[in-house]
Amino acid sequence: MTVESAGTAATAPTAQAESELVQLLTPEGERVPSPDYDRLIDDVTDDDIRGFYRDLVLARRVDTEAVALQRHGELGLWASLLGQEAAQVGSGRALRPQDHVFPTYREHGVAWCRGIDPGLLLGLFRGVDQGGWDPRENNFHLYTIVVGAQTLHAAGYAMGVQRDGAVGTGDAERDTAVVAYFGDGASSQGDVNEAFIWASVFNAPVVFFCQNNQWAISEPFERQTRIPLYRRAAGFGFPGVRVDGNDVLACLAVTRAALQRARDGEGPTMIEAFTYRMGAHTTTDDPTRYRLAADLEHWKLKDPIERVKAYLTRSGGASHEFFESVDVEAETMAEHLREYCRSLPDPSATSIFDHVYVEPTPALVAQRDELGAYLDSFEGADR
Amino acid sequence: MTTMALGKAINAGLRKAMEGDPKVLVMGEDVGKLGGVFRVTDGLQKDFGEDRVIDTPLAESGIIGTAIGLALRGYRPVCEIQFDGFVFPGYDQIVSQVAKMHFRSGGRLRVPMVIRIPFGGGIGAVEHHSESPEAYFAHTPGLKVVAVSSPADAYWMIQQAIALDDPVVFFEPKRRYWEKAEVAEDGSPDLPLEAARVVLPGTDATVLAYGPMVKTCLDAASAAAEEGRSLEVIDLRSLSPLDLPVVYESVRRTGRCVVVHEAQRTLGIGAEVAARVTEECFYSLEAPVLRVTGFDTPYPPARVEEEYLPDLDRVLDGVDRTMAY
Repeated sequence: MTVESAGTAATAPTAQAESELVQLLTPEGERVPSPDYDRLIDDVTDDDIRGFYRDLVLARRVDTEAVALQRHGELGLWASLLGQEAAQVGSGRALRPQDHVFPTYREHGVAWCRGIDPGLLLGLFRGVDQGGWDPRENNFHLYTIVVGAQTLHAAGYAMGVQRDGAVGTGDAERDTAVVAYFGDGASSQGDVNEAFIWASVFNAPVVFFCQNNQWAISEPFERQTRIPLYRRAAGFGFPGVRVDGNDVLACLAVTRAALQRARDGEGPTMIEAFTYRMGAHTTTDDPTRYRLAADLEHWKLKDPIERVKAYLTRSGGASHEFFESVDVEAETMAEHLREYCRSLPDPSATSIFDHVYVEPTPALVAQRDELGAYLDSFEGADR
Repeated sequence: MTTMALGKAINAGLRKAMEGDPKVLVMGEDVGKLGGVFRVTDGLQKDFGEDRVIDTPLAESGIIGTAIGLALRGYRPVCEIQFDGFVFPGYDQIVSQVAKMHFRSGGRLRVPMVIRIPFGGGIGAVEHHSESPEAYFAHTPGLKVVAVSSPADAYWMIQQAIALDDPVVFFEPKRRYWEKAEVAEDGSPDLPLEAARVVLPGTDATVLAYGPMVKTCLDAASAAAEEGRSLEVIDLRSLSPLDLPVVYESVRRTGRCVVVHEAQRTLGIGAEVAARVTEECFYSLEAPVLRVTGFDTPYPPARVEEEYLPDLDRVLDGVDRTMAY
């Protein structure tokens, strides 16, 4: 390969993103007909779309509130989903109750769709727990911080689903798919590539949902790949598709198709939701050091919420009062979230020994007693 | 009673666990038709099928990571890591995910899985095939770590490990796979998984070992007996948690303690045992706790492993040193 052609290849992913993207709703809110995907959302009514709009707005409001709580010192850290709402709500609303989700640490919008109380997301970031919800109740696993590790858990879980006979029975309430969320940065991890291999050779019912938000902290996704990410799937032996990650309808349609394929026993699919991280990687990050303000402005024009609002306005599917009522609901929710966060108690020091093992070992009991006695030795001790 | 080699005893234990619980799976590289490179899973795929005895792709992180998913779905996977030195690609999944899942979920999630690792040297193997990485795992809260030394323990402890709801790293002394002894297949185990065993009572010094070194220490005790010296040999069996009350009781009687392992010395199991025996038995000790171990080098080429590994004479040398105080 010559130096020139290497340079061309390095710039290829962005160029190809435009031409190969599944898009059903333009940034201006115009519905784009699609012979392949229209049938997958032909049951979606204006009422549903109003519901998606509400999901998008509330997910964003959870996010902006959490960023504010971090700024006020109530959270130690927050990983913002700003800009990725449509990818998360579209895919999240494609799920059935029995489907199981393995998220990263940024899937607040998916958590919302799974019915996780947003307050429960805060504990990890406040430092009072490491995952405040029961993953079995909503089929939504705990956030995973080590990037890509959860994709293997998803592949293994899907192998369990196969062994339970919950694939390809034709029973819509039984057949189960598993979704592994990850990002463009994680796509370089060995675990993600191993998960692809496992899912492929065992034909496991997994959907690999990659939100390519184009940035792994400061590294552009060209540092992770020389080809569009969805094309990697072909090398592993399963289909890959690239979807406009800021288009909630396209994300819904594409994910529905992939989930059904998995539930039917036809194996894994990789979805690359092409989107943009509008905010910082986390609240400790400063994107002005590594990317251009113009890029941000460009992507603001592709905002995932504005296009749904434009669509509903144009089609007469929603009134001014509707949009206003969603805003009011968002403000009320944010207020509750704020109060809930501030009310979260610190765990007791000796509680750290509680769940190291299913039954505490004698040595841990001794250490717990040692810490307890030490803390009690201070005057006016209150633990 | 059946006479059984240690490797066969693990096979029989796996078989019994699989018969008793349809959720028990075996997974790893070459565990199916081949029966594992040491034949520990021989015949299991034939009898339990490919869905329960899974030949995996060749990637240890994948083996451990997918086993986590299977465990979260309600299965009880038993993963085989082919050789000790090959566990490290799976180390992140073991340390960051397996070990912490129960803790970070506030006790809501359990990952009942067993990670079997043939370990130790003495078989003339090439590099990465003779290591003793147990301290890495014993240093990790959330994991239970055991090492078996006899066919009877192998048979029962693999079943106990599978039945446990905590994840267990299960070390098998590969150079002892073919050594035979009596195993009572009926009935129940005589000790809990996490208990140490006094394998030879004695009065002059306490010798602690686990895995392949138990036999070495028993041989050393026989040789010492010929010289009129009575060694008490304790098989630690569980490396995390350590069953130290058994050790304390012994050391308070003998006043002397020697810890023996193949693994390198610094920050090994012996270091932890020495610290805690010193804390608990300080006024009973006639001599410092001594260690007879591998050296702080990478595992050496096979033609010099005999000098690296503790053997009967080095154990006796350690005993001589503690008796000299």
